[in-house]
Amino acid sequence: MAQKQYETVIGLEVHVELATKTKIFCSCSTEFGGAPNTHTCPVCTGMPGSLPVLNRQVVEYAMSVGLATNCEITQYNLFDRKNYFYPDNPQNYQISQLYLPICRNGYVEIETESGRKKVGIHEIHMEEDAGKLIHDTWEDCSLVDYNRSGVPLIEIVSEPDMRSAEEVIAYLEKLRMTIQYLGASDCKLQEGSMRADVNLSVREIGAPEFGTRTEMKNLNSFKAIARAIEGERERQIDLIESGEKVIQETRRWDDNKEYSYAMRSKEDAQDYRYFPEPDLPPVVISQKWIDSVAERQPEFREAKMARYQQEYGLPEYDAEILTSSKHLADLFEATLLKCEKPKEISNWIMGETMRLAKEHDVEPEKISFSPENLAAIIEMVDEGAINRKVAKDVFEKVFTDDIDPKQYVEEQGLKSVNDEGALRGIIEDIVAKNPQSVEDYRAGKKKAIGFLVGQTMKAMQGKADPAMVNKILKEILEG
Amino acid sequence: MANVISDETIEYVGILAKLELSEEEKEQAKSDMAKMLDYIDKLNELNTEKVEPMTHIFPVNNVFRDDVVVNGDEREAMLSNAPEQKDGSYVVPQTVE
Amino acid sequence: MDIMSFTATELGKKIKAKEISVKEATEAALKKIEAEDSSINAFVTVDREGARKSADEIQRKIDSEELTGPLAGVPVAIKDNMCTIGLKTTCSSKILHNFVPPYDCEAVSRLKQAGAVILGKTNMDEFAMGSTTETSFYGETKNPWNLEHVPGGSSGGSAAAVAAHECHYALGSDTGGSIRQPSSYCGVVGMKPTYGTVSRYGLIAYGSSLDQIGPIAKDVSDCAAILETISSYDRKDATSMERETYDFTSALTDDVKGMKIGVPRDYFGAGLDPEVREAVLGAAEVLQRKGAIVEEFDLSLVEYAIPAYYVIASAEASSNLARFDGVKYGYRTEDFSDLHNMYKKTRSEGFGPEVKRRIMLGSFVLSSGYYDAYYLKALRTKSLIKDAFDRAFKQFDVILGPAAPTTAPRLGDSLSDPIKMYLGDIYTVSVNLAGLPGISVPCGKDKNGLPIGLQLIGDCYQEKKIIKAAYAFEQTRTYECCDIAKKEVF
Repeated sequence: MAQKQYETVIGLEVHVELATKTKIFCSCSTEFGGAPNTHTCPVCTGMPGSLPVLNRQVVEYAMSVGLATNCEITQYNLFDRKNYFYPDNPQNYQISQLYLPICRNGYVEIETESGRKKVGIHEIHMEEDAGKLIHDTWEDCSLVDYNRSGVPLIEIVSEPDMRSAEEVIAYLEKLRMTIQYLGASDCKLQEGSMRADVNLSVREIGAPEFGTRTEMKNLNSFKAIARAIEGERERQIDLIESGEKVIQETRRWDDNKEYSYAMRSKEDAQDYRYFPEPDLPPVVISQKWIDSVAERQPEFREAKMARYQQEYGLPEYDAEILTSSKHLADLFEATLLKCEKPKEISNWIMGETMRLAKEHDVEPEKISFSPENLAAIIEMVDEGAINRKVAKDVFEKVFTDDIDPKQYVEEQGLKSVNDEGALRGIIEDIVAKNPQSVEDYRAGKKKAIGFLVGQTMKAMQGKADPAMVNKILKEILEG
Repeated sequence: MANVISDETIEYVGILAKLELSEEEKEQAKSDMAKMLDYIDKLNELNTEKVEPMTHIFPVNNVFRDDVVVNGDEREAMLSNAPEQKDGSYVVPQTVE
Repeated sequence: MDIMSFTATELGKKIKAKEISVKEATEAALKKIEAEDSSINAFVTVDREGARKSADEIQRKIDSEELTGPLAGVPVAIKDNMCTIGLKTTCSSKILHNFVPPYDCEAVSRLKQAGAVILGKTNMDEFAMGSTTETSFYGETKNPWNLEHVPGGSSGGSAAAVAAHECHYALGSDTGGSIRQPSSYCGVVGMKPTYGTVSRYGLIAYGSSLDQIGPIAKDVSDCAAILETISSYDRKDATSMERETYDFTSALTDDVKGMKIGVPRDYFGAGLDPEVREAVLGAAEVLQRKGAIVEEFDLSLVEYAIPAYYVIASAEASSNLARFDGVKYGYRTEDFSDLHNMYKKTRSEGFGPEVKRRIMLGSFVLSSGYYDAYYLKALRTKSLIKDAFDRAFKQFDVILGPAAPTTAPRLGDSLSDPIKMYLGDIYTVSVNLAGLPGISVPCGKDKNGLPIGLQLIGDCYQEKKIIKAAYAFEQTRTYECCDIAKKEVF
């Protein structure tokens, strides 16, 4: 019997925590990591009589993400209440948008080995995040922390346009990059500031209708997403092949067991009784407002990559790495303003900066030295004021403590000695003290010069310009 | 009486509303709800085909707050009414099965 | 001199003139409550200590002229659905039996700033759901005019407290008539302002799109002064409306010449008690004699307001009351097997029958498959009702009618038949659906000596017109109070 061929159909619901300073409906801080419930107030703990007031920045971020993903912006917006009981949801309803989401009908372009394709975005809506439940296994109870309750989210709902884990990862990478460039979120899967739920169904290739889909939650990394897609695809195919039906349900992925479990209970009717939130007046977005957000949109990665190659003549490889994070690109551009040597800057960022970041366990986003200090080092090297070895040492101080490199070089006496006369005297002295090396060199062992250079640098405490030392040595030895 | 509320409906609404009714209360709720719905069905006499649902009475739009942190740590005040608390958190029955 | 017989603004003047001290006024009110409230049960909580403490502070501020407003030093009672910092706020429900809010309702905080002495919290129908104050977990409130009758509701405790002279004025809230109807039953003046005029921050929500806080007092002048104090544009309430002016007292002029008053024929049909009818039409004649132009007209859609109201209010309530679950505050059941069992038992034990009835109805009309047929239909009806009022106000300055179809029913008569009770709101609910201001003013008594209320309805933001008409009407009458109120307590 010929094996049937199946196609996987995937749509994603991506939740992104927005980078606002305050929560969506109250003036509590969104800062991560406070002691439980220290960022709470009557509004985000659902106290009776408290009322929500919308944070304007949430609307702006949602619009900017919508514009960056080619969406139409909804002019007349309402919020709706989604009603369900759960302790992480203090009001037992979540304020969200069902009927009139802020963005609709967009798309992003992704590139995989099978080529470029568009993934449709059905809608983007604004909503509030829930609190956190910590399970206390000793006491057989759970503890509720409402610090995350009311943190603003956007939910980006794609069309079922993806067909493989590879496409899903490419789509998520694309969204993450775009949103990071906008500064609308840091989009970290591990920390939960970006969360993806996977809607997946399978069908025989060529079948006109979609199969029954399941929704998978609790996917905390790209690897988990890829594994979950593979696992769920196999589970559904097994069901179909054995003549069973796929049930439309929500499933929780257990990445350790590499299996998903149905999240169902008699007490969850999944009937959310949405209705328009009476406490929040409509949000009406004018074309003027849309235009002003559009005007402030940053240059996105593709445009930057192209420009770095054309304008600065950087190789594609450099452009790709520099733009892999908005922060690195910003660092590059800020340094460029102080020192017009794009390739040199690129080398320092891709080389030493990334090496030190790794060594000191600093995320690229958190690199914090001043661009003018890197520019100063590059200039000093270029002028021959310091040699590359010294420059690397000075840069490490810039990287860790953001010191002023000129002052540091001055104070530590690290300037290269470029006085040829003085250098020549020292070198003559070293040549006289090392007749064996001189003899070897003259006998054709050209490598022997290395020892002499080393001795000179040692005598100079590393401050001599190696090129000049080489030149003088050759003159003496060959002269 | 036009509307008849089934046991299943009352059971279902009880799950949605998180209310547990005794048998007696259920019977009462069935009859009350049926009566209310009969009464509400009066609205069907109105032709509202071309009428937009009115969610908000007044044309007030775009009421926003600036993104500025104002609230400090109000944990103690917020937790002061909690039926059970531990380590600065609200205590609820185990939520994972 | 019976301190409790003064109106709020009269007392305010005497306190300012040092004829009466804040302490004397506070003690007089506390004594009156002590003497009468065991039979009336207008209060859920009396805050003797807090009242006495704030009386001293307020007196100092009056003496130093830090406080100069018309209500400085005047004792007030607050409906128990408005949060008061450090003072139990129960909504007359078991589920909030121990709730002590860590914040003040905005309206209360504005009263405090104006130097009000808060006596305590008044009884109400549980979560404001009811028209008689009989659904309270803390026992029914009785009508001070006749203790065998209800005071109306849901702000029955506030209206009864004012009528019994247990306080000089009170705050109530009105979702479907909950200020105007009990004011009518208790022979006092109650006013519901335009939606958005008084902040709802700290008012425990019943139907968020309908709820509005307002004053209950002895006369129209007090109502205007209180409204001036509690109304504000509040950034904590996104539905709060920024108005051009918050002046209401300048409308207290005895002049209705040329004012166009519409009397809707549909408010005088079947179900209206003939004595109420006569008193209300009599009031229309009085205003006509004073120079107002009174005309009958057809408002239309009156009979659709109640069904639309019950769908909208119940739906919103089912969601607003979801937060009472035994996790963050209030009652939690003793024994439970798991989380959902805790929710169910807490809520089933914590809520009374009327609240459960409305939560069930509200959950049903929003549930999958019924939303369009019930909820959206009700919102469409609301739009039609608003249009009907808009048309009427193109023609008239004020609409005049009864506040309720009857005088106060006997205790126990209403609860047996919910629909009958709901029909008692027929003249008041449409005002909430359309967000309009309305005032109830005493306009007579029935043969049993129970008060009858006249309702005046204005277009949105037109409080001053109804205040003007109510004030002019009031000038033709002498203030009447019940026997309990007259009793001087020593």
